[in-house]
Amino acid sequence: MARKGQEYDDIPGTFVFDAERSRQGFGINMFCMSLMKEENRKAFKANEAEYLKQFKLTPAQTEAILKRDYNRMLELGGNIYFTAKLGATDGHSFRHLAAVMTGSTQDDYAKMMLEGGRPVEGNRSKSGHYKASMLVPGDKPTSGKSTSKKGSKSRTKRG
Amino acid sequence: MARIIAGVASSHVPAIGAAIDNKQTEEPYWKRVFSGFEKSKEWMAKTKPDVAIVVYNDHASAFSVEVVPTFALGCAAEFPPADEGWGPRPVPVVKGHPELASHIAQSVILDEFDLTICNKMEVDHGLTVPMNLLFGSPKEWPCPVIPLAVNVVLYPPPTAHRCYMLGKAIRKAVESYREDLNVVIFGTGGMSHQISGPRAGLINSKFDKAFLDNLSKDPKKLTRISHLEFMREAGAEGIEMVMWLIMRGALDDKVDEVYRFYTVPASNTAVGHIILENRRKAAGKLKRAAASRKPDIRRGQ
Repeated sequence: MARKGQEYDDIPGTFVFDAERSRQGFGINMFCMSLMKEENRKAFKANEAEYLKQFKLTPAQTEAILKRDYNRMLELGGNIYFTAKLGATDGHSFRHLAAVMTGSTQDDYAKMMLEGGRPVEGNRSKSGHYKASMLVPGDKPTSGKSTSKKGSKSRTKRG
Repeated sequence: MARIIAGVASSHVPAIGAAIDNKQTEEPYWKRVFSGFEKSKEWMAKTKPDVAIVVYNDHASAFSVEVVPTFALGCAAEFPPADEGWGPRPVPVVKGHPELASHIAQSVILDEFDLTICNKMEVDHGLTVPMNLLFGSPKEWPCPVIPLAVNVVLYPPPTAHRCYMLGKAIRKAVESYREDLNVVIFGTGGMSHQISGPRAGLINSKFDKAFLDNLSKDPKKLTRISHLEFMREAGAEGIEMVMWLIMRGALDDKVDEVYRFYTVPASNTAVGHIILENRRKAAGKLKRAAASRKPDIRRGQ
């Protein structure tokens, strides 16, 4: 069944971990939780596909995990705090995973952060139709460039 | 009676904990972050709270997706650091204050905030990183801690307004506790950041600065920020800032801002930190002001 549209789906490049995704992604997140134990990390690394069989995963979820497609995992109900445990099993930090999810090289991503991060201008809305911030007056909706294309397809270019 | 004397807000970026644990605090990248907390540590050493209430969120450590409590209060005698996938952080076991915690639970539940009670719970970087930033890295933490874990992982978290009102109920609970105790309350997480999806790396310093300004002077304005606005303007994970409003709700309407620090980045995150003091003096020192205060819990808003 197709996902019911939510107002926050208008935020580009973002998969909000809501009740529907939580239900859909239960298997992904429970798999990731299992990686908090050393013996499970070893068993997973020894035979990834075999290890995954003990969790209730769809073929698409299994494929996303095996391919380390982090955006796809989020889209299919994974949550970043859980999938980060898979990243840690591979020896990667949150920042490393963030760079991967944005399709940047590690160096480019680190540089962007040092320069103040990804600007919110142009990254607020896919549609361009949204309510201005009540906290920061003057932040009016614009029809500026956004990452919506990336976001709506939920896949980013890799390296 | 016990009373809340001050509030502290601070980000709880896991990489800050890793930098402490791996002794990288003198490296230029990290020194920029840690130098912002030097004055705060001095303030805390001088303030010497008897108890700290730390509002934080669990990051798939104590709670998986099996059980997701919106507000979970730690009533245990101690809270061991969790193994977050690379071994527990080398920090002391956090000692609780079960008597005050149970008193708070009883009081706020009767005030219609339906808390989950945790008599056994591990705590992760969300709680221990801000403690390091304010208390340093002692062999034992200098005071007991009451953890209050807030769900900000599974959408929707409690609203900004709900958090603010819970802060008020916590204050009322603390002030009805018989023992003379000075309590400092922490709000942790934030500020703007997104660590998931193609928009990761988002930072909005204008939003963060306005949030800090209003946290000091006009917190009620912040209680009107919708979840959609938090996520759109401050990043999907920037929604953690609702936790700061529990801290703020527990303070006087008018407070003195004694310190503020803001820097970008630490890992993926804008680091924000503020110390707000109630104008009343510490417990046992100012009965007059306490006597003239009016109850400020409002129902039905």
